[in-house]
Amino acid sequence: MSGAPLYGLVLAGGRATRMGRDKASLEYAGKPQLVRAMELLAPHVRRAFVSVRREQAQKPVQHAYETIVDLTPDLGPLGGIQAALAAHPANAWLILACDLPFLGEATLEYLILHRASARLATAFRSRSDGLPEPLCAIYEPASRDAIEAWIKAGERCPRAWMRRSDIALIELPDPRALDNINTSAEYAAASAALRERRRLNVRYFALLREQAGRNAEMVESAARTPQELYEELRVQHGLQLAPEHLRVAVNDEFGDWSQPLAEGDTVVFLPPVAGG
Amino acid sequence: MNSFTLHETRLDPQRLREALAHPGCGGYVTFEGAVRDHNEGRTVRRLEYEAFAPLALREGARILSEARARFGLERACCAHRVGELQIGELAVWVGVSAAHRGEAFDACRYIIDQVKHRVPIWKKEYYAEGDSGWVNCERCAAAPSPAGVPAHEHA
Repeated sequence: MSGAPLYGLVLAGGRATRMGRDKASLEYAGKPQLVRAMELLAPHVRRAFVSVRREQAQKPVQHAYETIVDLTPDLGPLGGIQAALAAHPANAWLILACDLPFLGEATLEYLILHRASARLATAFRSRSDGLPEPLCAIYEPASRDAIEAWIKAGERCPRAWMRRSDIALIELPDPRALDNINTSAEYAAASAALRERRRLNVRYFALLREQAGRNAEMVESAARTPQELYEELRVQHGLQLAPEHLRVAVNDEFGDWSQPLAEGDTVVFLPPVAGG
Repeated sequence: MNSFTLHETRLDPQRLREALAHPGCGGYVTFEGAVRDHNEGRTVRRLEYEAFAPLALREGARILSEARARFGLERACCAHRVGELQIGELAVWVGVSAAHRGEAFDACRYIIDQVKHRVPIWKKEYYAEGDSGWVNCERCAAAPSPAGVPAHEHA
């Protein structure tokens, strides 16, 4: 990582019209999403802020944090990004939406590690449509003028801006990390899925150990099967063996790619063997 | 006692053979696999073996009991090295004893073939040119096989 010092911003100014209530205050495991997002972000940036609309500035939940108030009303997320770049123009900004309950440490670390500070921004490529994900992304100081010009031209979609700009697109290790929540049904499903996140021990051997750069690790993952877990780790560590070349072991016994994983399971992906 | 064992130090065939002795056996066959100085046209300087021990011991034991049942053996043992090995060193030892030689030859062959294919042990070759590679892995990493074709069982 290099370039301008990184500040962080959680976008909590959304109107959440489909949800009918403030997404920042939705609770997962007893904690409001805004608090979860700030706790996730803060250790990775010099300073972390909450983006709010002018009329929100007095709301209590935001009081615990430094805020940045939108400069232009009704611009949506782009208004928050604009205000942050204007408030601290020498800094780069890690922008996070407040409706990403599955976002975890590993995804943020991956983004920061792959930051391309010579480009205008660094964003994940969406697993569903291949387009940039603008609301879990790093915006460099140089993006400010381009975004101002975009807004002046009457535009307000940050994804459309990214598609037309010189940004770095990177792979998303955990396919569900950026699933967002817009409706009560999605909230209910996400709460249930988050309760199902489990801690898994992963051990690496031979070529995979070298590619992963470690013998073992503990991961917290929503992966339900070894197949989903490998997909996640493969992107995260740049593992170069395709699953069809591997076998899987769960708790020291050969397993199946589609068997359900449980909390505390130890998973090993076995490269082609060569004893004797 | 598990008769499939992993060893970090030199294998001693004389001692390993003692475990095969049985008064009802007339046929004793052993196989010794040693580190060779070349592989697939390249000069090999040394080897490194790495094992996923808990599963290697289990799978190795399963192979030996399969062989005992299938060939009617009295004893079947296999010892495999892990760690760094020099040219000429013994990497694997298989020994069986049976009433007659036929079953003993067949069983010994069966065991070493199965061990190579099934036991989670990996071999890294260090070449004369200074580079190195994991046997059976590097080609998979370079050129993935068509989806759905199990490429694991080739050794």
